[in-house]
Amino acid sequence: MPPSSPSRSPWPAFALIGVAVGLLALAFLWVAGWLQPSRIGGGKLADSLEYNAGKHPGWRRAHTKGLCVTGHFDSNGAGVALSRASVFRAGSVPVLGRFSTGGSDPFGPDGRPTFHSLALAFHLPRGEEWRTAMDHTPIFPVANAADFVALQIASKPDPVTHKPDPAKMKAYLAQHPETQAFLDYMATAPLPASFATGTYYSINAFRFIDGNGQSRAVRWQFEPETKGGDLDKKTLDQQPVDFLFDDLIARVKQGPLRWHLVIVLADAGDRTDNATVAWPANRRHVDVGTLVLDRATPEETGGCRDITYDPLVLPNGIAPSDDPLLAARSATYAASFHRRAVEGPHPDAISLAAKGGQK
Amino acid sequence: MSTRPDRFSPVARTLHWTMAALILAMLFIGVGMVSTAEPLYPTLLAWHRPIGALILVLALIRLGYRLRHPAPPLPADLPAVQKLAAHGSHWLLYATMIAMPLIGWSMQSAGGYPVRLTTWLVLPPIVPRDILLYGFLRTAHTVVAYCFFALILGHLAAALVHALIRRDGVFESMAGGR
Repeated sequence: MPPSSPSRSPWPAFALIGVAVGLLALAFLWVAGWLQPSRIGGGKLADSLEYNAGKHPGWRRAHTKGLCVTGHFDSNGAGVALSRASVFRAGSVPVLGRFSTGGSDPFGPDGRPTFHSLALAFHLPRGEEWRTAMDHTPIFPVANAADFVALQIASKPDPVTHKPDPAKMKAYLAQHPETQAFLDYMATAPLPASFATGTYYSINAFRFIDGNGQSRAVRWQFEPETKGGDLDKKTLDQQPVDFLFDDLIARVKQGPLRWHLVIVLADAGDRTDNATVAWPANRRHVDVGTLVLDRATPEETGGCRDITYDPLVLPNGIAPSDDPLLAARSATYAASFHRRAVEGPHPDAISLAAKGGQK
Repeated sequence: MSTRPDRFSPVARTLHWTMAALILAMLFIGVGMVSTAEPLYPTLLAWHRPIGALILVLALIRLGYRLRHPAPPLPADLPAVQKLAAHGSHWLLYATMIAMPLIGWSMQSAGGYPVRLTTWLVLPPIVPRDILLYGFLRTAHTVVAYCFFALILGHLAAALVHALIRRDGVFESMAGGR
């Protein structure tokens, strides 16, 4: 290899190297989203929740107030025909769950017209898990990440009135009839009087894959064996601050609580990509087993605090649908989890109330 | 089959270029997936885990191979500072390509996530569930990734200086033909 001649200037070569390295760096920053501030990732979704509700360092950015529950799922075997997931084989698997209310205030009152939610993690053989985070409403207020961010911005409560700016909310709702439909539903639908008597819906559609590799669009719901009345929405704000959680703790002490896992099969033409649209009530329902919850423990020691109920942690045999909200939920939970992990957890409202009660 | 002492062996070259492609893809997948909440996010995440595991396996094989087969000597006229930088950056690259998958695996273990590689394989956790450890490792995974990419840019720039300006055969020892 001949040495370069002394007269040859190295500067064009240096420039070429600079351009090559610079272009690679630029491509990296573009992929990372640095050159495109409008791109919505999990961080931006978590930002929108913090913008709406204020920042509560160390806490989940949504569904902040919660209680851990444990128990098991008794499968009756009927789900095997729908999905090859091991959870549906006849038998029993342990479950770690979390009841929560909607909102971002860790010490907020339970008496609000908001989501009553149940999240579950099924611990399956060979390291698999099935996690699902469900609400008591069969529909969700928004269909995708961008609309979620827009709603958080529009519905930010005024510090004085504690209500959203009516002009901003009106402008948002004019563009989003699906959110208006959800608000109408919340205004008229009954709010269960107890966590124990609520039905919890999967929010999104998923796909079940059976032993032959055949795939079906499904939603699921947990239907309570415990029957009970509804809350009087007019007197919600007069309820004790932790009444929903206290009620659940008291009920579990009396005996196990049960729900039936009912799989709802889509008909051809049912929307699987939009969580704001309910499926007609006459779809085929299959009862695949019973969830038994027999222990409630505050978050500080209950084991449900330091994980996410990411709806995309799925076992072999359950797959995501084409609903874009699934990815948005997964990305948001991950961003919220990273933030609260760095900030460090704090004692929760129910733990503190229990300790206060003992003193 | 003999290897010229001024060249890396075919085994070393195959490992280098395979891993170069995988690691670059991995870094782009990593920063890309956390930038979006679209369905691309879980799709990229599903690729991120098995590619990371593959990089860990290849990196360990490569480290073992490298310890038994020393690199060709650097040119005698290379200034001592540059030799030091060359050796230091290479061991940093080795350390990082082994550390990154281990940080990722540990962080997912600490966060209580199943580490799914394929439909039929979930790796066991390698550290106990611990949210503070998760927070530290999750931040480290990002910080080390950006440092790794900067290191790779430096490596590329130095390789091109050898190729285009010094023309001393160092670039060809890994990239050249026969």
